[in-house]
Amino acid sequence: MRSRWSYVYFLFYLVLGFVMLFLNNDVSKAVITLMNIIVVLTPLVGTVFGVMHFYNSREFTELLLAQPLKRSTIFLGQYFGLAISLSLSLVIGLGIPFIVYGVTQSSAIWDFSSLLLVGAFLTFIFVALAYNMALSNENKIKGFGYAILLWLTLAVVYDGLFLISLLVFDDYPLDKFALIATMCNPIDLSRILILLKLDISALFGYTGATFKMFLGTNLGMIVSLFVLCLWVAIPSWFILRKANKKDF
Amino acid sequence: MIEITSLYKKFGKVEVLKNLDLTINQGGIFAILGPNGSGKTTLIKSILGMVIPNKGEVKIDDKSVIKKFEYRNNINYLPQIANFPGNLSVSELIRMMKDIRSTESSDKELIELFDLKPYLKQKLSHLSGGTKQKVNLVLTFMFSSDLIILDEPTTGLDPISLIRLKELIQQEKEKGRTILITSHIIGFVEEVADQIVFLLDGKIYFKGSITELKTQTNQDDLEHAIANILMGNNA
Repeated sequence: MRSRWSYVYFLFYLVLGFVMLFLNNDVSKAVITLMNIIVVLTPLVGTVFGVMHFYNSREFTELLLAQPLKRSTIFLGQYFGLAISLSLSLVIGLGIPFIVYGVTQSSAIWDFSSLLLVGAFLTFIFVALAYNMALSNENKIKGFGYAILLWLTLAVVYDGLFLISLLVFDDYPLDKFALIATMCNPIDLSRILILLKLDISALFGYTGATFKMFLGTNLGMIVSLFVLCLWVAIPSWFILRKANKKDF
Repeated sequence: MIEITSLYKKFGKVEVLKNLDLTINQGGIFAILGPNGSGKTTLIKSILGMVIPNKGEVKIDDKSVIKKFEYRNNINYLPQIANFPGNLSVSELIRMMKDIRSTESSDKELIELFDLKPYLKQKLSHLSGGTKQKVNLVLTFMFSSDLIILDEPTTGLDPISLIRLKELIQQEKEKGRTILITSHIIGFVEEVADQIVFLLDGKIYFKGSITELKTQTNQDDLEHAIANILMGNNA
């Protein structure tokens, strides 16, 4: 992507990575702090860029639609182009400070890699969700509004509702409910995944403990990775379906 | 040959094309006319597959084109509003289009023809409306296809470029190509078109030569003939 913003985004992570590492002096702690930033920020950036990119490249899309190209090629190309470029900004931007710090020699390398993996997943998921919103709304303001609302719901409101429901239904066995509710939100799921990796899930309250108890660390990670893949695949499939029906 | 049978399209509650039937034979220049909102662009976009009709069939050379894409290799399309990605330069855009179609292209001659050389390195967002339209024309005519669709080709062009465009259209016609044009500039239509297709309320109101249209409406010039149809005197 020939965009200034992806460089800005890259520089942001570069600075963030350096600051976190050299102020904390403890890789594990830095990973946790970065996780808290990444699980909220990558979805937001994915959402905003996804919507903006779709509306900005509309004319270009129309130009391509008149060419002998398949619709699915055009739209998946745009989607992957943006998601890959954003993910690269994240991975390279955070990767450089960690390599400079010498994370490759320490045991924290896997914690750190899982952090980047989750960040990339969240980028792919939220760009896809944003594309869906933009595809279904001709009106830019509406499309933008819905996409941001979706981010807000998954990043903030969902946790609140989740906690309230846990409190209200305290008397019932909630393990399964908590498990499923976590799966239904990619942000929660990512958080759990990293915490499982860091092996401190017991510290992270109810869902983390349930996850660990039910699935164990390894199976838990495999299941949550699989669900994250679903979270990429299903919105992408919706993009294709919508794109094939839309008039330009 | 293009064969359109009972094409129906509505956007929300607005019916734009109402069971439209149209056959266009290979070779010649066809002008699609009609008042604003009569469905000209929708018709063109249905042929191109950019608008997906609710009902009906579009066939090019006896093959249905709905939900296909390969057939567009043989179509050149000039969109109504020339909006390009602003962060590309003219030559980058041309190169990209050449990458998409592997066929031979005559971009160099066309750049020469429309005096676009000084603009090649400039970003598309910095070009004036007329220059953008010239780039648009280069992109449209640089591949040789049997069907050429021009949606308002004269917008923003200076007189010299307009003359060159007309010459270009005539050259393509002599090569036996089919050219569909929509335009509101009656003088331009009268000069270039062999046949007129008049759209009204989502249907074909008239199809034939300019002379036929004049006789049918009892008018001496095309402009009045069309005004006559629009005011319903002839109905």
